[in-house]
Amino acid sequence: MNEDAKMNSELIDKQSGYLNMELLRFTTAGSVDDGKSTLIGRLLYDSKAIFEDQLEAIEEASNRRGEEHLNLALLTDGLRAEREQGITIDVAYRYFATPKRKFIIADTPGHIQYTRNMVTGASTANVALILVDARLGVIEQTHRHAYIASLLRIPHLILCVNKMDLVDFNQDVFEKIKFQFHEFSKKLEISDVCFIPISAKNGDNVVGKSNKMPWYNDETLISLLENIPIEKDEDINDARFPVQYIIRPQSDEYHDYRGYAGRIAGGVFKKGDNVLVLPSVIKTTINSIELNGKQLESAFVLQSVNITLTDDIDISRGDMIVKENNQPQMNQNIELMVCWLNEKPLISGGKYWVKHNTKDVRCVITDIVFKMDINNIEKNIEDKHIGLNDIAKIKIKTSKPLIFDPYTRNRITGSLILIDENTNETVGAGMIL
Amino acid sequence: MIHKLKHIEELESESIYIIREVAAQFEKPALLFSGGKDSIVMYHIARKAFFPAKVPFPLLHIDTGHNFIETLDYRDNLMKQTGATCIVRCVQDTIDKGKAVEEKGYNASRNVLQTITLLDAIEEFKFDAAMGGGRRDEEKARAKERFFSHRDDFGQWDPKNQRPELWNIFNGKKRMGEHFRVFPLSNWTEMDIWQYIYSENIEMPSLYFTHERELIKRDGVLLANCPYIPLKESDEIITKKIRFRTIGDMTCTGAVESPAYTIEEIIKEVAISRVTERGGRWDDKRSDAAMEDRKKEGYF
Repeated sequence: MNEDAKMNSELIDKQSGYLNMELLRFTTAGSVDDGKSTLIGRLLYDSKAIFEDQLEAIEEASNRRGEEHLNLALLTDGLRAEREQGITIDVAYRYFATPKRKFIIADTPGHIQYTRNMVTGASTANVALILVDARLGVIEQTHRHAYIASLLRIPHLILCVNKMDLVDFNQDVFEKIKFQFHEFSKKLEISDVCFIPISAKNGDNVVGKSNKMPWYNDETLISLLENIPIEKDEDINDARFPVQYIIRPQSDEYHDYRGYAGRIAGGVFKKGDNVLVLPSVIKTTINSIELNGKQLESAFVLQSVNITLTDDIDISRGDMIVKENNQPQMNQNIELMVCWLNEKPLISGGKYWVKHNTKDVRCVITDIVFKMDINNIEKNIEDKHIGLNDIAKIKIKTSKPLIFDPYTRNRITGSLILIDENTNETVGAGMIL
Repeated sequence: MIHKLKHIEELESESIYIIREVAAQFEKPALLFSGGKDSIVMYHIARKAFFPAKVPFPLLHIDTGHNFIETLDYRDNLMKQTGATCIVRCVQDTIDKGKAVEEKGYNASRNVLQTITLLDAIEEFKFDAAMGGGRRDEEKARAKERFFSHRDDFGQWDPKNQRPELWNIFNGKKRMGEHFRVFPLSNWTEMDIWQYIYSENIEMPSLYFTHERELIKRDGVLLANCPYIPLKESDEIITKKIRFRTIGDMTCTGAVESPAYTIEEIIKEVAISRVTERGGRWDDKRSDAAMEDRKKEGYF
């Protein structure tokens, strides 16, 4: 084989490898002071996701700001105001890949006034990466971040104890923080948590193993991100298909074709499955599952497909196809945890639009049960003022029944947003109990 | 048995979901088509999303008049093949009507002017959603863009006042006169796009592959020699084997020296490339916040 042919065949291998990668979404919580931007810069830099022209641009910017070292934090500050003020305003998305996985980072600012951003970033994440300054240990901010991660049911949590270089890479400091966090997290429902001692600035235990902490024998951050099992992160048990769009070609060739388009929100559907259409509760059978004319034997969670049924039934957007032996709940009275996203506070008795899966309904807020003090994880039943960044348990009544699962069971069928009827803004993020 | 989509499949599935959501939530959407790789991929995915029905919205091409002839040929062929409707609106007409003034000087470009033509077309056809092929990995201002990006009745973007976007729920509610920009490929990278083109076997414009071309070498950037670029004394005219990594106007799209003549070779090149694809784009080099400023005004 000549050199060129060899390179090409290696490339095809690499390609098939690349095409076969998994996608992992993670969110990072922490403030600039914790070195969050530096850590992300480090991940991008060490995985070679940063290009020379980007590097030149931040070198120039670092010089202009009179900084001695390359300021990796500048890589992630997108908007002019952020660069000028040295802060992060909004959720920014970053991308990098290693030979094993492709990663999407939802980079969110950590200060208390940005709870809504962290909730936004957390809503689609497989992993939450929480930064702790080794010198400060577990602080209120850590509590808040861990609580949000557990509320949003992020399946995996990684606690990065950063700035280990500033505590002489001392193992006792690391162990103490681990203990502090375990004590605190007893109050939360967190199933999978890992701890890593790192120095983002110098790269210790980020991509390469640190030789300054021989006492740490576990994985580096990048290898942890590459290897955390994520195939069970979605609801793989409850077959749910929210109907998104009706496909009617109205052509001679497909005269009577009626396809139900949507993205599977849980479990698996197979050709020939006996299914139930909700809310009408009509039984039927799956005739075919297809995409772009290609027939599929089965389809599973997160796949966008087209389903045809054996019976001609009246189905519209917002309906849900499920399996007969595993049905979701259908109710107009719903209890949920809500994170408030708007400066205009929640109005008890107020009316809002609800968007839930592919369904739009209206609702009225029937009760504010309690407000969560997210720094101490305590319920406050006295305080009924729910403003920007507050988290509360509320009750709503919807104009039509919602077809849902508890959020703890299914993050897609269990989530909803509240929309202000006057401004059309998204004002609340709801997790159904 | 455990099911887990591979990353390209997951990205495609997400994009299909977004495009169907646009068709369901809006009355008059359009797909912005430039003839570049991102809009080609977006249109390919849209066709898959609605098959066996036709794509339920038209394509809209804003023609600056400075396009590569290869881009226009590709566009016309694709429309013929797929039977799609493509509305074309020209920057030249906007200039002739006195709504825009041609830039002067050596680096003059119609890049900024096309925003006016685009907003006029959106108003003319009462489009309430315009899908673009923008990706978050392209540029730092784009990294904060939503899938569903709200625009006021002047078509402007307010980066500090965007609607939070959670889970897979997209809020397309709006008042009369307002519209949305939607970016179904938000989560794709340049590498993902090429891998997808490879695995779906999508035909691409010849500009992306190596060819010999007469070029203007200006400040280290290689631009196609064409009547739209006034020559400076310091400009050097050379002929080289090049290809384009992005396709925009002839006036601002930089070429890269490359022998790549297959998709596989392009992928190889992207994999080892050390500059971003927009590194050769004059329109971004104007200032540190050039993209942010243009986006605020209603740019693509």
